[in-house]
Amino acid sequence: MARVLINLPESAKRGEVIEIKTLIQHPMETGYRLDSNGAKIPRDIINRFTCTYNGEEVFHAELFPAIAANPFIAFSTLATESGELVFSWADDDGQTQTESRQIVVE
Amino acid sequence: MRSLLAVALALLAAAAMAAEVAPEARRSGYDLASPEVRAMQDDDTANPGMLWVSQGESLWAKRAGAAALSCQDCHGEARTRMKGVAARYPAFDAALGRPIDLEQRINLCRTERQRAESLAWESEELLALTAFVARQSHGLPIAVDDSPELKPFSALGDELFHRREGQLNLSCSQCHDDNWGKRLAGSVIPQGHPSGYPVYRLEWQSLGSLQRRLRNCMTGVRTEPYEYGAPEAVALELYLMERARGMTIETPAVRP
Amino acid sequence: MNEAIRRVVGEAEPQPGKVRLELPSIVENGNTVPLAVSVDSPMTEAEHVESIHIFNQKNPQPYVAAFHLGARAGKARVSTRIRLADSQRVVAIVRLNDGSFWSDSADVIVTLAACTEQ
Repeated sequence: MARVLINLPESAKRGEVIEIKTLIQHPMETGYRLDSNGAKIPRDIINRFTCTYNGEEVFHAELFPAIAANPFIAFSTLATESGELVFSWADDDGQTQTESRQIVVE
Repeated sequence: MRSLLAVALALLAAAAMAAEVAPEARRSGYDLASPEVRAMQDDDTANPGMLWVSQGESLWAKRAGAAALSCQDCHGEARTRMKGVAARYPAFDAALGRPIDLEQRINLCRTERQRAESLAWESEELLALTAFVARQSHGLPIAVDDSPELKPFSALGDELFHRREGQLNLSCSQCHDDNWGKRLAGSVIPQGHPSGYPVYRLEWQSLGSLQRRLRNCMTGVRTEPYEYGAPEAVALELYLMERARGMTIETPAVRP
Repeated sequence: MNEAIRRVVGEAEPQPGKVRLELPSIVENGNTVPLAVSVDSPMTEAEHVESIHIFNQKNPQPYVAAFHLGARAGKARVSTRIRLADSQRVVAIVRLNDGSFWSDSADVIVTLAACTEQ
């Protein structure tokens, strides 16, 4: 399980724009680097990031090797109702890591 | 590399006298970094180094070793009990009769108290724990001890800092005392104060220790870097912290 | 890079405007370059940003990222950190819900670190 930092408000007013910042620990190995023997280090990146809000997808990103290590993604979404935001990161091997946060919307 | 040689020749040509940085002229690498690097450091929610600090926080409470103890079991809450600790490392260890740095102190606890395996240099776990402990001194001034027993070691560090070495025949002092603020291959030369370690170095794309950074410098002047944990390495760390005494701890700093 | 852009926009010609790509003009290290992209859009159901695509000129691959927004985004602004192998141009292409494409570009000078591990 990679270390994750997620920053978003605990509560918001209905219709307010919520800013979300996410950071996940991952080397984002490009597949172009050579090891000390001159062999290519295989590509291993997070290629997709998704955010759902009470089950509905509100944002997703396709990532390529040009995204820096320990990927940082900041985006926003409208506070529509109280509930759960689920963040997931999927890597080249098809492994997915998921984190969730609650939000209260008045 | 050719540009480094050019600088080396220029430095040799200019009759450079070792000019220590005056206390009031001391600047952290932060002050010399670009606005983007500074912004990355300032925002705790976006500073990549905080990923390791967060990991360290979990490790602090994790039981380990034959003694099945966590750091917390002996030390309690890090927020209060570790406050100011990193600010006075390297510190003299009476049992060993020499100074040790924070990484070595953590490993002494691991092996002697927890009766666990020591953590490898630059391992995720050691970096995380060091970053977490050092973070508890964030905002505090560097305050390494002034005691007589440290004198011979800081004197060694002082000598190493001023000694020319490597194929490029450069001393730390020539870049970091005499030419700080100027550019070396497009990068601004900092004064070399270890105020934000362990540091998230963009070049590494990872958090790393002061010893790792010193090894990079030594490779840069084409000399054999000190082994991790070597007495010279710790003596140099001690000297650098003394040279930076009073400056504010920024861990985890972000640097290019 | 142009071919990669063509694959996203098809026959359409992206017009300059509406989108603003923010990148530093010079960076100390190409490993981690902060990037922000924002679009002038009310972000309503009727008028919003569908996606933002980032391309680069000189990395081994032209693609950097594709962000999919929609009316629920509230604000059309995304930030991330990218890698640039060399000094080069970065291009942002935006697709609005009406099918139109808009673009912006930025040139970045990438300097190298002085004392490395090698």
